[in-house]
Amino acid sequence: MKPLIQASAGSDMQRRGLLQSAHSLRWIIWGATALVMLVLPLVFSSGFAIALLSQIGIMIIFALSYNMLLGQTGMLSFGHAVYSGLGAFVAAHVLNQIGASHFPLPVSLLPLVGGFGGMLFGVLFGYVTTRKSGTTFAMITLGIGEMVAASSLMFPGFFGGEGGVPTNRTVGHAVLGITYVIALWCLVSMIAMYAWTQTPLGRIANAVRDNPERAEFVGYNTQRVRFLVMVLSAFFAGIAGGLSVIDFEIVTAENVGAAQSAGVLLATFIGGGAFFFGPVIGSVLFVLFAVALSNLTPAWLLYLGLFFVLVVMYVPGGVSSLLMKQVPLIAARKLHRMLPSYAAVLGAAMMVLCALVLTVELVYKLQIDSDNGTAMRLAGLSFDAASWAPRAVAAMLWVLGALASRLAAARLRDAWDRVQREIAGSNA
Amino acid sequence: MTSALELREVRKQFGRTEIIRGVNLDIAKGERHALIGPNGAGKSTTFNLISGRIAPSSGTVKLNGVDIGGLPPYKINRMGLSRSFQVTNIFHRLSVFENLRCSVLWALGYRYSFWHRLEQLRDARERAEAVLELIGLQGRHDTLAGLLTYAEQRALEIGITIAGGAEVILLDEPTAGMSRSESDHAVELIRRVTVGKTLVMVEHDMSVVFGLADRISVLVYGEVIATDTPQAIRNNRSVKEAYLGSTLDEPAGTH
Repeated sequence: MKPLIQASAGSDMQRRGLLQSAHSLRWIIWGATALVMLVLPLVFSSGFAIALLSQIGIMIIFALSYNMLLGQTGMLSFGHAVYSGLGAFVAAHVLNQIGASHFPLPVSLLPLVGGFGGMLFGVLFGYVTTRKSGTTFAMITLGIGEMVAASSLMFPGFFGGEGGVPTNRTVGHAVLGITYVIALWCLVSMIAMYAWTQTPLGRIANAVRDNPERAEFVGYNTQRVRFLVMVLSAFFAGIAGGLSVIDFEIVTAENVGAAQSAGVLLATFIGGGAFFFGPVIGSVLFVLFAVALSNLTPAWLLYLGLFFVLVVMYVPGGVSSLLMKQVPLIAARKLHRMLPSYAAVLGAAMMVLCALVLTVELVYKLQIDSDNGTAMRLAGLSFDAASWAPRAVAAMLWVLGALASRLAAARLRDAWDRVQREIAGSNA
Repeated sequence: MTSALELREVRKQFGRTEIIRGVNLDIAKGERHALIGPNGAGKSTTFNLISGRIAPSSGTVKLNGVDIGGLPPYKINRMGLSRSFQVTNIFHRLSVFENLRCSVLWALGYRYSFWHRLEQLRDARERAEAVLELIGLQGRHDTLAGLLTYAEQRALEIGITIAGGAEVILLDEPTAGMSRSESDHAVELIRRVTVGKTLVMVEHDMSVVFGLADRISVLVYGEVIATDTPQAIRNNRSVKEAYLGSTLDEPAGTH
């Protein structure tokens, strides 16, 4: 993380003080997180909202485990679903054994089974993948992902064939509601993964990310570091898999598939891997796209793809980096100076978004769904997709949006530069 | 007494080209030794062979009497040899303090631990702080290493190299690209951090070499043509012939 305050010589006391306040800040943040997890299911208690929250909770664990590789150790994996998925299969089989009362294990502890399942395969496949780094590592993970996905049809005994492995979570007594089981596991996993970043292995993982060669020359076997991180990451991915078993009561070949692996990559990139909380934001956005938006429009994948491209192009550090850029402004009490420009950019972006949505929905209606007639509703308005009026509106929105974007972007740049200069000036 | 570092007939071929052609070196414990020679003589390659970055094609490399030829860098480092690089090789996205803390973790026995909390490891923190002070970067404690000035990065490079407490230190052109005053500073720093240690350095700046070294080896075309005290090297005929004699005669500071 960027240092917020430049420590100068002799500021040891000051640093201790900062450390103290960082400490209490950490407690406040974790407390607030726990509170949010406790309250959200009470406020949004509809079936749909609960399903959404559950999936967000699972995705947060999954994406954070992925970021142990990507953001912390610099390992780009294209096959992370292998570990969550295989962990889920192990958990599903164990759950079925519990159902047949061969195992007296509380269902709430099932994610742990998934975790150890994921870890087992992490040891197995990680031994192969982590022998290499960089692009070679990425390619091998892709290969292993394809291999596992392909073998899911070859071993119907374990993978359940096309239908997957169905299961039933209502065995034994539920101590907590399913939502709170997920919330609790999510919180515990988050804390554990954060704590990991503050350990010797966690810090050396950062060193390996920055400069693997130098890490070797201060005594570390980088291959071993990558392997250990992979195993730990697979453990947490497995926990996410185990939770998905409890949540959905079925595991299929999709759980180990490329779409899942791509999903976690997207979520982590969108949130940003440079900060611990980045993947948390990414998970929330991703599930909103994948679950909530997919209910509204069949074009959700297109929107998600566009959003991803925009983030990678304009905010390569992800949403979290955008947020963290505001911290120095807040510290210098200059954020309010930026707000008008932000509002202008937001307004322009909304105009472009309206243009985009109208265009995409018109095209979808005409190209894919025209058998049911061309009458459609969008944002509470009814119109005929085949008529000229909506197209004219879309065209107008595009033109206005493009103009507004240019103006707003220029204004934002000016304001940003001015404020940065002022901050630099007052520090000097 | 066994030498700190001993090279016997070390050779290295890349394809059919022999870069190192039978290097012999004996460096005693506590000695400050400089390796000089014209560009392309194989000085950096020799360093790479000693530190494990590349494996020798033949010959033996011994560290305190133990054969280390062909071992990976991390094993050689754990046996008490540490090196710096000609091109700055630091952890760019970590703070200066974290750079140094990473460099002491293995030496303090924390290995791959994920059950210790860094902030509770007093010894790691104190040692990193001590090195930070030694290299004079206390004021840059929390600065990202990638944002340091060039001279500061070079100092950090040396800090990372010595932080683990290795007994044998290899410095590859520690003053390259520095101004006169920066280089004087660096010499002071090197003197300070290598007290009681064995130092081998590659250096082009003759004032640095003659100011620091107890003995000098001259490497030309992959062979050591002379190893002797600075005074004797200055007057050595074959050295003068093979290697820019004029440079050696001139007073300090031509480079």
